[in-house]
Amino acid sequence: MPGLSTAHSVVEPSALSKRIAQGIVILYALLTMIPLAWILLTGFKTPPDSISYPPKLVFQPSLEGYCNLFTTRSRQTPEYIAGLPPAEGMCDEIARSRNMVVAGPSKFVPRFVNSLVIAFTSTLLAVGLGTLAAYGFSRFRVPLADDLLFFILSTRMMPPIAVAIPIYLMYRELGLSDTKLGMILLYTAVNVSLAVWLLKGFIDEIPREYEEAAMIDGYTRLQAFRKVVLPQAATGIAATAIFCLIFAWNEYAFAVLLTSGEAQTTPPFIPFIIGEGGQDWPAVAAATTLFVIPIFVFTILLRKHLLRGITFGAVRK
Amino acid sequence: MAEIRVRNLHKAFADFVAVRDSSFTVRDGEFFCLLGPSGCGKTTTLRMIAGLELPTSGTIELAGRDVTFNRAGERDIAFVFQLFALYPHMNVRENIGFPLKCMGMKRAGIATRVEEAARILRISHLLDSRVSGLSGGDRQRIALGRAIVREPAAFMMDEPLGALDAEFRHLMCGELRGLHDRLKATTVYVTHDQMEAMAMADTIAVMNRGIIEQYATPQEIYDRPASLFVADFIGSPPMNLLSFTGALAPGARAVRLDGAAVGVPELREGVEERPLVLGVRPEHVRFAEAGALRGEVYGTEYLGTTQIVTLKTPAGPLKARVPSTVAVKPGERIGLDFRADRLSLFDAASGRALRTALHDPAPRHAASHQVRRGGSHG
Repeated sequence: MPGLSTAHSVVEPSALSKRIAQGIVILYALLTMIPLAWILLTGFKTPPDSISYPPKLVFQPSLEGYCNLFTTRSRQTPEYIAGLPPAEGMCDEIARSRNMVVAGPSKFVPRFVNSLVIAFTSTLLAVGLGTLAAYGFSRFRVPLADDLLFFILSTRMMPPIAVAIPIYLMYRELGLSDTKLGMILLYTAVNVSLAVWLLKGFIDEIPREYEEAAMIDGYTRLQAFRKVVLPQAATGIAATAIFCLIFAWNEYAFAVLLTSGEAQTTPPFIPFIIGEGGQDWPAVAAATTLFVIPIFVFTILLRKHLLRGITFGAVRK
Repeated sequence: MAEIRVRNLHKAFADFVAVRDSSFTVRDGEFFCLLGPSGCGKTTTLRMIAGLELPTSGTIELAGRDVTFNRAGERDIAFVFQLFALYPHMNVRENIGFPLKCMGMKRAGIATRVEEAARILRISHLLDSRVSGLSGGDRQRIALGRAIVREPAAFMMDEPLGALDAEFRHLMCGELRGLHDRLKATTVYVTHDQMEAMAMADTIAVMNRGIIEQYATPQEIYDRPASLFVADFIGSPPMNLLSFTGALAPGARAVRLDGAAVGVPELREGVEERPLVLGVRPEHVRFAEAGALRGEVYGTEYLGTTQIVTLKTPAGPLKARVPSTVAVKPGERIGLDFRADRLSLFDAASGRALRTALHDPAPRHAASHQVRRGGSHG
């Protein structure tokens, strides 16, 4: 009841300090959103507008970037274009105004689908395996548990790229180069150590009496795990899934090294766009915008869990 | 309902022995307490009976069935945990009904049984609340509800009152015993709190370092502690333990404590010269000018009708429980007299109680014990 109380509280911040704090947070949020906003705007500029100096804040929006992202085009003489039947669709029209014709769809959609399949599958695997392993470490007397946990963590101590060449050679021998399966296995392997460690913390926090009560009441351990532990660990699982997904979604170095065609993901594909016929920044910006959306949606969907998840265990209830 | 027989139960974790070769029987319908300090093996014993730990060796029989290695869910028991273990993602009704759901009971049947359990525990008004906002006492009742709803063969309770505040714990003690008297279910109750054990149990097993030091009724444990550990653990304040060295012949009726002759129950065994301990309950100390042993008043604690007077004696510090009307001043020297027929003698090295007219496990004296006990307590 702020209206009734005039006394200073030791724990409750004053209205003024709350305002100042709000101001700082809003300012910081705006600052961090400028690059994202710039990318979003650039996606709707024409190529000349995108490189104009000073940069244009007010411009005629265009879908040329998106058209260029989704199509491949070939340059033709104006005479040839004049001889063609009327343009089909907006993208064709834009292309013809630049003396080009649409030759077919670009590889963006398959690359994007690759990203979705690889990132989500590897996240699912890493979190699934991680939950089971973390539960085992948390609940059973595993021989050499501490050493095993250290071993699992130690796989993250070296920068992954340091083992890039051995992995490249191994993948070539095994026929895993440029396959979705190969990328899923790789990202799962990298993420599973993170998942085990994060989830062990969450599961340690769940009193084992919950499962014991369920087991005495007639559940098997597996049923108790599914019906009692999993709902309790949902927060931790969601937080872990987001971390894993962000890694797998954004990973660039291995994707460049190990994929070139069939299994190429979006991150290595985006630089390709730059190279095709001048620096097509609107198309790059369009690709980046679309690339951010899945993570954005996933995070928003799980944000309640994420917030609780990353502060979980800090304060005992 | 069921009898629980535990035979030669042994549990070792790597090189630590939690429970050492323990045997006891919990009779059908009995309220049995495992009492001891933390780390004494009482919870491990309970968890083995419940099937949450497997013993290294030994057998556990429940209602005549060997269940030593059965799964917890196959033993038909209910377990009440210290921290209640209520599922936070379920409301009160779902929590209480959970064991029945596990058993695959029909929804209508569950509803009837849950309401019946809630009525017994007087928590019907809480059935649709979430468990997170409830007080410790209400959570405790819900945990009990989840235990009684399935009408199990036996109840296991692991310090169920440990998380409650002192005042409420006292109230719940009465409720738990009342519940037991109504349901007549075999109950194994683990606690480190002697007051809880004394107040509720039919039989107590006092455990220390994985060993059952004494298995007897609360009265027996208080009056005739079988070992130094039990003597020191039970009673508040505990039994005074006065050390002395001496040799005793069978039939002796006094010991020499620092030159003073102190009457004791008639010895039924003889011991050679060795360190011994005389156990005196504070309420068996009287102030008497003629007393052979003398002590200097060190401090007093006022407890209403009685007071605890701490004295320094040549044989060590001593606490006496005397009526509050007796006036004592710190520094005062007082003669002390003990009730000779109620004293215990222990061998200091082994901790074992010596056999006397009071402490005699021999069957030929059992009858006279009964008569005397009947006379003094009836």
